[in-house]
Amino acid sequence: MEAQNLAIQVHGLQKSFGKLRVLKGVDFDVARGSIFALLGSNGAGKTTIVRILSTLLRPDDGTTRVDGFDVLSQPARVRESISLTGQFAAVDEILTGRENLIMIAQLRHVKSAGKVADELLDRFGLADAAGRRVSAYSGGMRRRLDIAMSLIGNPRVIFLDEPTNGLDPEGRIEVWQVIQNLADSGTTVFLTTQYLDEAEKLADRIAILHEGTIVVSGTLEELRKLLPPAKVEYVERQPTLEEIFLAIVGSDKKEQR
Amino acid sequence: MNAHFFSDTSVMTGRSLRHVTRSMDTIITVTIMPIAFMLLFVFVLGGAIQAGTDNYVGYLLPGILLIAIASGISYTAFRLFNDLQSGIFERFHSMPIARSSVLWGHVLTSLVSNAISVVVIVLVALLMGFRSSAGVLPWLAVAGILVLFTLALTWIAVLAGLSAKSTDGAVGFSYPLIFLPFVSSAFVPTASMPGPVRAFAENQPVTSIVNTIRALFEQQPVGGGIWIALAWGVGILLIAYALAMRAYRRKIA
Repeated sequence: MEAQNLAIQVHGLQKSFGKLRVLKGVDFDVARGSIFALLGSNGAGKTTIVRILSTLLRPDDGTTRVDGFDVLSQPARVRESISLTGQFAAVDEILTGRENLIMIAQLRHVKSAGKVADELLDRFGLADAAGRRVSAYSGGMRRRLDIAMSLIGNPRVIFLDEPTNGLDPEGRIEVWQVIQNLADSGTTVFLTTQYLDEAEKLADRIAILHEGTIVVSGTLEELRKLLPPAKVEYVERQPTLEEIFLAIVGSDKKEQR
Repeated sequence: MNAHFFSDTSVMTGRSLRHVTRSMDTIITVTIMPIAFMLLFVFVLGGAIQAGTDNYVGYLLPGILLIAIASGISYTAFRLFNDLQSGIFERFHSMPIARSSVLWGHVLTSLVSNAISVVVIVLVALLMGFRSSAGVLPWLAVAGILVLFTLALTWIAVLAGLSAKSTDGAVGFSYPLIFLPFVSSAFVPTASMPGPVRAFAENQPVTSIVNTIRALFEQQPVGGGIWIALAWGVGILLIAYALAMRAYRRKIA
């Protein structure tokens, strides 16, 4: 693929913490406007990669470019292009939802910060809670606010580090919807997750990080081909617990907001 | 320096000041302990203390103000530590902002909130009989010394907030600082102390700062003491700032 069509390029990325070699030469590319999912178990180094790509941590070796800019030599340019939604909703609990959005809009020097905030509050179903302090928000509301904050200034690449961690099934589906909409509007989404169904549902390409390297990567179809072809079996399919839960609870979802 | 340093710092300061105004208990706890000490020393112990002054409130006020500032800055460490824990620190640092504004927002907030506590305590001291004939210039000099002292201690707080492993650790560093005025000329003349204690008391920063502020309030000549006080203030500020910035660079790429 041509370099200008790549939102993220990572080659030979290495990082150690003391004697612990977390990343031992990681390679992958992410195409512009796609959803890329990085899978791995806890402690595999997913967050380390996100922190390096978002200029929070210096790599030991390798080249890493985001939106065409080198993270080591042009970190300020990288920060212009990206937004980070970390593993824990990084919102200010003492401020209200609206104040959080306005603060980020001011820091990004967006014109008419108040208007931008109100639009996002509407879009993320937080308009009713706009004037409430975030400490009174539910986990799902916090996560939505967190992602809304990341969209201010229209970053070209968005990093979502385990965005559905700790959310209830409804919250997960809401976040999935947001991610899909982002990609549809042309934003590149870099997602880490330990939920396989999340990657399966959302990602254009999936990479599996294991023991410091990418062991496989490709589209879901390509990954499926790595295993023996599917056999046709007839099974009586029971609804999953998630489907049951959503069938019962899902109907009054709107009122909960 | 980034072109947006001032606008970013004002956004950060506005945010941090909201944390103060939305939890007024932080101001109250910071002022109530020094006021309690002031009441205790003036109305309980004061009768037995031979300070060689007929206005003991005025005598101990400088030390009380330093105690208030030393406890006030622990909230800066607390708020900074919470930012690190919550991930908002990393969010700010992944954004195209002047990065140092993240720290300066906390530092300026510390100056404002400590100024509020100092004013409250001075007002209480006035109610308790504190009077000063000092004019505008000596008062400005007192304010300047207190600002310098607050800045110096705030950067110690920044260092503590950045390097702490727990909330207790972030706040605990201020306890020895609060204690320091007790082993100084703040409450009793150092001449009454036994040799080694007296040597420590006379050569630690609080004594020179307290003596200078006291002289300014009483319209006495400050002598060479003011230079020692300023040297301590600037020295602590520079060292604390350098150490805090080193801890900061370790925290963030």
